[in-house]
Amino acid sequence: MTPPTIATILAASQAEPCRPWPRHRLPHTAWRALIDALRHEPHRLLALWADTIEVHALLLHDPGLGVVAVSTAIEVGAYPALSAVRPAAEPFERMIRDLWGHHAADAPDERPWLDHGQWPVTLPLSPRPGSAPIEPDPPSFPTAEGDHATRLPIGPVAGLITDAAHLRLTLSGTAIRSAEAHLGYAHKGTLALMRGKSPRAAARFIARLSGDATVAHSLAFARASEAALETEAPPRAQALRLLLAEWERMSVHLGHFADLGALAGAAGLHRIAEGARENLARAAEAAFGHRLLMDVVVPGGVSHDIAPDGQVVLRAALTAFVETLPPLAAALEHPPLASRLSGLAPVPLALANRLGAGGVVGRGSGRAFDARALDEAHGGIEWEAETQRQGDETARNLVRLREIAASIGIIDRLSGFLPDGPVAVTLPAGSGEGIGCAEGPHGDIWHWLRLDHGHIAAAFPRDPAWALWPLAEHVMAGAAVEDVALIRCSLGLTVSGMDL
Amino acid sequence: MRRPAWLPARVTPDPDVPVDGDTVNALMARLDAAAQTRLGRSLALRHIDAGSCGGCEREMRALSGPLYQLERFGLRFVESPRHADVLVVTGPMTRNMRLALEQAWDATPDPKWVVALGDCAVDGGVFKGSYAVLGGTGNAVPIDLTIAGCPPSPARILAGLRALLEANAP
Repeated sequence: MTPPTIATILAASQAEPCRPWPRHRLPHTAWRALIDALRHEPHRLLALWADTIEVHALLLHDPGLGVVAVSTAIEVGAYPALSAVRPAAEPFERMIRDLWGHHAADAPDERPWLDHGQWPVTLPLSPRPGSAPIEPDPPSFPTAEGDHATRLPIGPVAGLITDAAHLRLTLSGTAIRSAEAHLGYAHKGTLALMRGKSPRAAARFIARLSGDATVAHSLAFARASEAALETEAPPRAQALRLLLAEWERMSVHLGHFADLGALAGAAGLHRIAEGARENLARAAEAAFGHRLLMDVVVPGGVSHDIAPDGQVVLRAALTAFVETLPPLAAALEHPPLASRLSGLAPVPLALANRLGAGGVVGRGSGRAFDARALDEAHGGIEWEAETQRQGDETARNLVRLREIAASIGIIDRLSGFLPDGPVAVTLPAGSGEGIGCAEGPHGDIWHWLRLDHGHIAAAFPRDPAWALWPLAEHVMAGAAVEDVALIRCSLGLTVSGMDL
Repeated sequence: MRRPAWLPARVTPDPDVPVDGDTVNALMARLDAAAQTRLGRSLALRHIDAGSCGGCEREMRALSGPLYQLERFGLRFVESPRHADVLVVTGPMTRNMRLALEQAWDATPDPKWVVALGDCAVDGGVFKGSYAVLGGTGNAVPIDLTIAGCPPSPARILAGLRALLEANAP
């Protein structure tokens, strides 16, 4: 008998109404069959999270853009681990253990992830949070393997202006033999803060989940809320949202080029990119009232309309910006920098696929997935995902440059034809479950939430960093130790969105 | 005509932020006098992320861009707290970062100042009351200056750092 495929497992299961993709509830036997099926089937793991009684997984089948949401109940405090077949599940399983206390049976790694022993409570999201342990646990790492190995701990206070993360490198000479990241320093308890609030009130936390993707996170969250309540944002709001998302993408890509220039000592690149980003930020403030566009996208629409002269301001900024694109591209091809970036942080396609890494990293390695492909509102606009095959920083920069050019085109067309009408609808105080996604500057962002009479009963945001940090550990192994800061920048590693 | 790569990007001055030549020159003269009197050298800044979302960092990085050029005011970011005069702290002070911040503060030589940058660092911002945050830098180390905003604009950050210099001038 052939083992059951994912399709047959789902067909035999009970589907919960979750929009736009139903959530299939699997008993443990079916969940184990799913784990077996995942050995042969190519579905990527997007996210793994929990509530008080179940764990949920979100899977994506790349070619057909099929999104699969599955759940299994917690039995005797445990559920079968996914990390044996999907290594990307490992940090999720450690996070679930720290926040809800659910135990991943047969998981290879059970060390704490977010809980560093500093909180006044343990298992903060479980129905009965415990009191804190008396002795804080320092993060533990496996001991260095082999002789002549040096351990190099970096962070959480390291680098000039970077996020709080701890990296533990094992070196032989100056080559990195293995790298392990430990995060959680930026854990702010966002999920606990969101619980019991209305989507509109919780949007303030979502906008501050990751500063580099504040529009994209707000957008995915708004889409999930609207899907759960079976409402739609008005056409004008939808057009403005797309415009805002593309504006953010351009700004963050420019910010990347500026950081890269600063780190690699390419002053010309730094100057051009930082200057252009500053102009975009000022135009954003003039048109929407916030330089980084925080709190503009909200569940139900957008918080306020574009300023009366906003379209003129945006167009003027774009016209000036287009002029800086050729020197920007030239600065990236400037020989000392170009040879530094060529071959930097190579990501093989198989690795990107295995860990489900999307965004610029995935597309630079040939994984074409872009969450905008799932977005029906983009239907009216010609747009194509940019992919490269080499997988190094040069390939990723090419993707970034072309995405900037594509964003300019999209914004140009949108700002000329903004539909008239209201910019927001009031969300009903209903109940329901929804999933929303958006393509952020660093990759695909997914939000799930369950509403109970207008209040959030449970929610989970999936930041691209969940795939990128495990990927970075692989990429750093074999690299030179002086490249660590450049690799962090190259892969767009941020911590706040993943630290929750 | 194609712009040569070495030319800086064209930046439009913001009418609301007075960054015209006179102001900048006057500012530089005042800063110079204040910094020289007090320290006889430039101020070294060390950034510490205490759980920030990354927005404040983004605006802080803009300070070293072509429009603000932090370094011409004698202000610069350094790699280690041991080399710093000022700790610039962002984020709502997560409990997981308290130990690291306290160690960095201990490692910073006297005289030292602490700047709480952004609404989160001032009092926890929207994350106030969470089990995982202390709610502001001041709950871990003594602070000398707060710069509010979510995130504060680069011009505001610069103005705040200038105020710190002047307040400490004799």
